[in-house]
Amino acid sequence: MFKSCAGLVALSSLLLSGAAIAQEKIKVGVTATLEGTYTVLGEDGIRGHQTAINTLGKKVGDKEIEFIVASTDATPDSAIRAVRKLIEQDKVQILLSPLSGDEGIAVKNFAKTRPELTFVNAASGAQETTYVDPAPNFYRYNMDGAQWQVGLGKYAYETKGYKKIATVGDDYSFIYTQVFGLVLEFCGAGGQVTNRQWVPLGTKDFASVIAALPDDVDAIYLGLGGADAVNFLNQYQQAGGKAHLMGGSIMVDQTILSAKGNAKNALIGTIAASGQADTWEDPGWQKFVKAYQDAFPPNKRFPSPSLLATNYYNSTMALILALRQANGDLSNNQAKLREALAKIELDAPNGKIKLDSNRQAIGTNFVTEVVDDGKGALFSKVVKVIPNVNQTLGYDPAVFAKIGVPSRTVPECKKY
Amino acid sequence: MSLVQGAHPQTTQPAEGARAALLAWPEFNKPAVWLVAVILLIMPFIASGFFLIEIFATTLILGTIALSLMFLAGYGGMVSLMQLTIAGFAAYMVAVFGMSANTNISLGWPWWLATPMALVLATAFGTLGGALAVRTEGIYTIMITLAIGAAFYYFTNQNWAIFGGHTGINTIATPKFWGVDWRSDIPYYYVTLGVAAFCYFAVQYVSRAPFGLALQGVRDNPRRMAALGFNVNAHRVAAYAFASFIAALGGVLQVWNYRQISPGSVSVGACIDILIIAVVGGITRPIGPFIGAFIFVILRTFALDLLVKFGLDGNRFRLLIGLGFLAIVFWSSDGVIGLWERWRRRATATDKRPGGGHGHG
Repeated sequence: MFKSCAGLVALSSLLLSGAAIAQEKIKVGVTATLEGTYTVLGEDGIRGHQTAINTLGKKVGDKEIEFIVASTDATPDSAIRAVRKLIEQDKVQILLSPLSGDEGIAVKNFAKTRPELTFVNAASGAQETTYVDPAPNFYRYNMDGAQWQVGLGKYAYETKGYKKIATVGDDYSFIYTQVFGLVLEFCGAGGQVTNRQWVPLGTKDFASVIAALPDDVDAIYLGLGGADAVNFLNQYQQAGGKAHLMGGSIMVDQTILSAKGNAKNALIGTIAASGQADTWEDPGWQKFVKAYQDAFPPNKRFPSPSLLATNYYNSTMALILALRQANGDLSNNQAKLREALAKIELDAPNGKIKLDSNRQAIGTNFVTEVVDDGKGALFSKVVKVIPNVNQTLGYDPAVFAKIGVPSRTVPECKKY
Repeated sequence: MSLVQGAHPQTTQPAEGARAALLAWPEFNKPAVWLVAVILLIMPFIASGFFLIEIFATTLILGTIALSLMFLAGYGGMVSLMQLTIAGFAAYMVAVFGMSANTNISLGWPWWLATPMALVLATAFGTLGGALAVRTEGIYTIMITLAIGAAFYYFTNQNWAIFGGHTGINTIATPKFWGVDWRSDIPYYYVTLGVAAFCYFAVQYVSRAPFGLALQGVRDNPRRMAALGFNVNAHRVAAYAFASFIAALGGVLQVWNYRQISPGSVSVGACIDILIIAVVGGITRPIGPFIGAFIFVILRTFALDLLVKFGLDGNRFRLLIGLGFLAIVFWSSDGVIGLWERWRRRATATDKRPGGGHGHG
């Protein structure tokens, strides 16, 4: 009995390996936050990823790319666990990971221990990931949180006339980076940031935060995302909050703007900045929106792709195009793929993207304002488009280095 | 000895004396135990990197941490939810005193200084927590240890000076000496196996030493033990100290495994995972937590793939994990060990019919 079983196993494994030879596969591991506070963001990220596959296909010459998705919950531990599972159990050769800021820092550090593999950042946007001690095999095709805030500070100070603001943000690296970008520009223009409040990621009760919001400010900047942002807005409305609002890139985003309930209406008129604007008229953007809408039924997607969908779309596109340029050749520590990744200039839906010497994206940024489309759906409308935003935000690299790495208190509110 | 017999009147049988010597290490006279030991030793020749580290080494680490809970709950009657917190504290201390990418936090000590320091501090931390917890009983012990765990989680999340906040501490150096990188798969597996075996036999030994027997007396009848002149609280605090040391060893192994530590590793959910592991495995014997850890790791790793294979939505994998645990606890209140014992008793009962000779530990 045992012998015949063993024979059967041997036979079937032979057959399987035969099939594998017929078509060689390139295995790519993808992680997204499919659990926890950022679940909606992760799900839309995967939609963007799928849209890219629909558009470009999975073929690289005579090989086919196989994507394997693993779930995380926005904590660095979960990202490392997922990445290790993909590498060790599923034997992936390339990683498309991760989504969230602290995950990015952890995965970048992990990438250094696996120099033979290539990592393409999916959507994470902490500055530290590519700015401090970058990993040579880690590529990021989205801008960081600070780049995504370019234009907002000046617009708030000069056009809106906000002189004094306070900030509320999730207590982790991506939001530090966002506030970093905002404060540099806003204080550089002459504004004042009087108070910075930080709440742990996954906070559900914002009562004490709302009670502590200062009254003597012109606007309040919100650097929250996912479930945290929706919870904050609900409680803020119940508390009768009426202040002018400013939003970070994942606060004024379809993940929040298409949330159920009325709380999101507090965001109408909110100014924000991000790597995309929902109503941009650029044909490339409109084409991407159409592809996204066609790929999923209306109740299984947002009215328009979120920033996460766009980032996953771009990183997937960059990877597929680079693999094609390298003819799917992963020999010699994936040298050809890396060369192609470093050189590629993406004609992305949200503007042209190229990489700097740290393998960090230089791209286009958008200042936006939230509008109601008349049918109850909210969108971000373009106010200003700023091309060629680099990681040092136009500062001289030496001056920029002196400001320090984004944290709760860095940068100070002054002109650098 | 009379103390224990007093607590377990049903185990007093005439043949007991002759069996006592063998009972001291019952493992050594069963072929199945030798078989398991040999399989564990030659595992690197059977299993590849993924199974070796992600399944077996992880099982041994989680089993070691759950073993410390089993010791407290099984022999001391104290259910502590802070065992993972102690392990996490040790892991953080390895990162803080040792070398890592966060140079403004890490002191950069060599591993042979940082590791003992981490063990000592974590043991002190656990003993202190224990000293607080022993003033309470039953559900209140659970509450106070859960509170310590939750407080530690939120503290690490928001403290940047020592714990590195939500980002945690990355790229922690692991030991390299005698020309061996002890974090490469095979040496690391043997390190975890060695530590787990050491902890297992230590618990086994202590449970039969005078201290362990007195502790079981305290569990069964604290008033009587106090009347006999034992210092009940001192025994309990000492039990916490011993368990903390075991948990700390598990924590050191864990941080070497992932080379990274952040608050997610010490979350309340993770604390409860340890309780689940101990309960599923069974808290009456030291082997229980390791069996529980194995089931836990297998379910956690393969539940998603299994669901997808059957054409179901992979996002529901946590449901499968929950159902698995529910089934085990439903059919056996003392875990897998209890199932196995009941099955064995039924098998012997068909030969001859002894009384219900069920003894703890």
